[in-house]
Amino acid sequence: MTEIPTQRQSAFQVLTGLFSLPAGARIGVGPMIAVAILVAIVLASVFAPFYVPYDPLSMDAMARLKPPSETHLLGTDPYGRDMFSRVMTGGRVSLLIGVGAAVVSVAVGLFIGLVAGFFRAADGVIMRIMDSLMAIPAILLAIALVALNGPSLSSVIIAITVPEVPRVVRLVRSVVLSAREEPYVEAAIALGSSMPKILIQHLMPNTFAPLIVQGTYICASAILIEAILSFLGAGVSTEIPTWGNIMAEGRTYFQIKPGLIFWPGLLLSLCILAINLLGDTARDLLDPRMKKREG
Amino acid sequence: MLTLRSALRNSRGLAAALLTGTALMAPAALSAQEDETTITAVMHSGLRVLDPVITTAHITRNHGYMIYDVLTAVDENFAPQPQMASWEISDDGLVYTFTLRDGLTFHDGAPVTGADVVASLGRWGKKDSGGQLIFDVTASLEAPDEKTIVWTLSKPFAPLLDVISKQSAVPPFIMPARVAATSSDETITEYIGSGPFVFQQEEYEPGVSVTYEKFDGYVPRDEAASWMAGGKVVNVDKVVWTTMPDALTALNALSAGEIDYLEQVQIDLMPIVASNPNVTVEKRDELGYVTIGRPNHLLPPFDNRLVRQAAMAALDQQSMLATMQGDPAYYNVCGAIFGCSTPLGDETGSEDLTGGANIEKAKALLEEAGYDGTPIVLMAPTDVISLINQPVVAAQALREAGFEVDMQSMDWQSVVQRRAQQNPVSEGGWNMFFTNWMVPEISDPLINVMVNGRGDDAWFGWPTDPEIEQLRADFVAAEGAAEQKEVAVKIQKHVMDNVNYIMMGEYIIPQARRNTIQNMIPSPVPVFWNMTKEAE
Amino acid sequence: MFLYILKRVLATIPVMVIVAIFVFLLLRLTPGDPAAILAGDAATPAQLERIRDRLGLNDPLIVQFATWAGQLLRGDLGTSLLSNTSVAGMLGDRIGPTINIALMTITISVLLAVPMGVLAAWRHRTWVDFLVMSFSVLGFSVPVFVIGYILIQIFAIELRWVPVQGYKDPSAGFGAFFSRAILPSLTLATIYIALIARMTRASMLEVLGEDYIRTARAKGVRENVVLFRHALRNAAVPILTIIGTGFALLISGVVVTESVFNIPGIGRLTVDAILARDYPVIQAMILLTAGIYVFVNLIVDVSYSFFDPRIRY
Repeated sequence: MTEIPTQRQSAFQVLTGLFSLPAGARIGVGPMIAVAILVAIVLASVFAPFYVPYDPLSMDAMARLKPPSETHLLGTDPYGRDMFSRVMTGGRVSLLIGVGAAVVSVAVGLFIGLVAGFFRAADGVIMRIMDSLMAIPAILLAIALVALNGPSLSSVIIAITVPEVPRVVRLVRSVVLSAREEPYVEAAIALGSSMPKILIQHLMPNTFAPLIVQGTYICASAILIEAILSFLGAGVSTEIPTWGNIMAEGRTYFQIKPGLIFWPGLLLSLCILAINLLGDTARDLLDPRMKKREG
Repeated sequence: MLTLRSALRNSRGLAAALLTGTALMAPAALSAQEDETTITAVMHSGLRVLDPVITTAHITRNHGYMIYDVLTAVDENFAPQPQMASWEISDDGLVYTFTLRDGLTFHDGAPVTGADVVASLGRWGKKDSGGQLIFDVTASLEAPDEKTIVWTLSKPFAPLLDVISKQSAVPPFIMPARVAATSSDETITEYIGSGPFVFQQEEYEPGVSVTYEKFDGYVPRDEAASWMAGGKVVNVDKVVWTTMPDALTALNALSAGEIDYLEQVQIDLMPIVASNPNVTVEKRDELGYVTIGRPNHLLPPFDNRLVRQAAMAALDQQSMLATMQGDPAYYNVCGAIFGCSTPLGDETGSEDLTGGANIEKAKALLEEAGYDGTPIVLMAPTDVISLINQPVVAAQALREAGFEVDMQSMDWQSVVQRRAQQNPVSEGGWNMFFTNWMVPEISDPLINVMVNGRGDDAWFGWPTDPEIEQLRADFVAAEGAAEQKEVAVKIQKHVMDNVNYIMMGEYIIPQARRNTIQNMIPSPVPVFWNMTKEAE
Repeated sequence: MFLYILKRVLATIPVMVIVAIFVFLLLRLTPGDPAAILAGDAATPAQLERIRDRLGLNDPLIVQFATWAGQLLRGDLGTSLLSNTSVAGMLGDRIGPTINIALMTITISVLLAVPMGVLAAWRHRTWVDFLVMSFSVLGFSVPVFVIGYILIQIFAIELRWVPVQGYKDPSAGFGAFFSRAILPSLTLATIYIALIARMTRASMLEVLGEDYIRTARAKGVRENVVLFRHALRNAAVPILTIIGTGFALLISGVVVTESVFNIPGIGRLTVDAILARDYPVIQAMILLTAGIYVFVNLIVDVSYSFFDPRIRY
């Protein structure tokens, strides 16, 4: 029931499309601000190790839960660790989880989706499996997966990725299914081009536009899911600070030291807000007809 | 489909209420219960296992004290006192004769008989490590008549009364003989005792809530209640235990008067209720808990005594306890492996733990041991609040001393499963973990499982330590308190040198109650007898 | 129509079978030992081994699976390894709170979000639109538990309008139920409102550009009739779809809200069961939630034809 972009776009066109405006389109102030915020957060996070005043893991039992001061800009946490250093370093890991989950689920989903869309024989089986995965609540599946692999960074990324893959697969498959009917693809098949060539040269480029949009949404939701996993006790170890586990550790102090949850929460929300806004903008720019398919 | 039907039943309630518009009128049924006193308590964890013999979980033991009674019990001076039965000991110390007091009945109305006691002790003796020691020297355990139990030993076992009177981890609760006939590897399915409260099967929701009603047929002793001994006089009609996974929510609920009692309060959160005139935060029990680190004696590097000593030198009780508890009023730097305020407690040889980290000494010891940088797998649970801090603090201290530390986060279930693995680290083994005990669970060499030195049969970490086994045998043979203490001090010295485990100090978790709750007795186990509830 | 429904129902069978196999394997590969949590801290390896035998955990995987599948086909969900109570009974006790809160959440969400979305589309590119869109993006950006804590702080602690936590069945009086269910429902609703409002707006924007709307307006049909009778009805299908697929999101949110507000529902039951490796409970719970998800989406699909007469099966 979803509308599919049918025009063929090269990867190059897609990427440049992000930066050059089609005639008549206009970008509001919102997306501009979003880009500014996102760039600031990304830079601040990536370069955190070079400017934070303390090792984010170094503890001081005698300086627990200190209020903000000159020595500790945002105060200290229940272990006496510097909050500012933790929040800024935590951003790196949270963003890594977001980007990692987006890239992995798009890559895996793209592959499975292409196969499902092109090879009719595989389609039925693959789609039943995808339907089954989608039916299991993502958070429960993720907790179980983290319990399975232990709460390391990679297992958290995998746990977030697995429930996202079916959505990507569905998207790719539907694009492929309709693109298959296009004359130039039929021509390529008739001319006897090899399967991989058809898949990679003719079908895959059609999926780029929707995938970029989908990827940004996955990135945003992965950052959020990581926080929820931490809240439920299935997140990354406290030795690897993330916005999520900093908030989870601070949550019991919500009433007495709101800063523990406010600062990481603020950055996390701003970041997700910005990514989502960019996703919306990219969608509108890349294909106005995709508007229909939100969420 | 049973489930869907009941779901529909529940949701129909909502729909009906919405449709008829009688919504905001609360049914009158509630007011009928007004003259009943109910105590709503939030306990430290949800009750899921109802068999107090098969598990050592504290919540299940606490449940045991609600619905069961015990033969003898310790008072606040650690002295065994008669509870269901009085006793006589033959001069040679081989024959213990117990006589049941009058008026003991189970919740189904049947009288408690000697046969019930024999069956219950038998099942317990298969499970409990102290009980196993007694049954090793038991010649016979019989009930010659309804009221009498005769326990004959093949050789004297001086601490027998202490072991059967212990309040933790598994006290010998007395059940009907037909229930006690259940295999000790299988959980019981009938929950009937002769204790002061009756378990309400209908209202039980595993892990969420459990309801007890006062047992009208219970005849308390005449003495005043003292710890687990004395008269268990029940002054309320109903006790409801509920679980609240969120510490903050629980405290807010207490503050708002939605619950009456909170078994454990996180110390950092005390300011939230500090200004509330209706709530009292207090220590229920001065003994509290200990937190300990356990090295794996089977695997390198902790198979080397010097490396274990280095780890002990590197760790510092003060910083670990401060991180866990915050307020010094709620922790106690203490190097005594049997606890600082217990009869056997002694701090000999613990200066490295109590006097701050000695990083230089740790480095020297590592040097001497030729530590080759083998990483230490330190298991760090992520979902049990009272165990989250220790590995994090320890990892930092150990790294400072030159250890390579591989701190692996996992949920507590994975720790529990993995600590039972004897394999090398590469095949799922481990080097160290932390856990907590209540002080009465570590207060003597027979109860304290960490001083067991029987290799594979010892507790996780498996030290093979013939020396400590000899000392434990000496303890059983010791006559009189002074002689026992002498042996206990030797064990303390030995553990400090051999580092069977690392004592990280004592801490106390305060409880909080609405001020309407009065007359709670101090006790390591939260007990609901004696307490009263006034109208708000 | 009937044939279509039958086909759809049959199509759910392989899905549920795959879910069952998947969940079973996932759990058996997970480290953790129900016997260990049952026996507690001081158990010895030999004791654990005997308990494992009793629980059937030492049987080959295929035997364990066959036993479970056999039980399932007879309608028996099994017995909790920990509490020794029937899983069906536990579900019966715990599903009511979850369903009631979910229904309340959906009601609140639809009542608020659809008008919000319509309004935003109608006043496209004005401050109303901006406000609605900002709220809906914000709803996606704040973790559920933070929203819960903020609502508790304001309405339960500062204003004291409602209790901090807990749950009462509607049978105990609607007031008692409502005062405890409103905060968790609002917490859950934020993300749902965001989702539905966005979809309503987008869908409405598309429909409002169609010729027949312009025709209706030109004929002088009143604006609210145009919006709600003509446009909304035609925009309903994607909105319905999002309500259906969003249901998975709702279940995820339930897990968190039940912890924050201490509601004895199935979300907490499942998380507790996963952390305790209570296999029969986890298996039943995941099958059940998957089943509900499939069922809800089936209903949604079938209801399309009601809203959009062009769709016929």
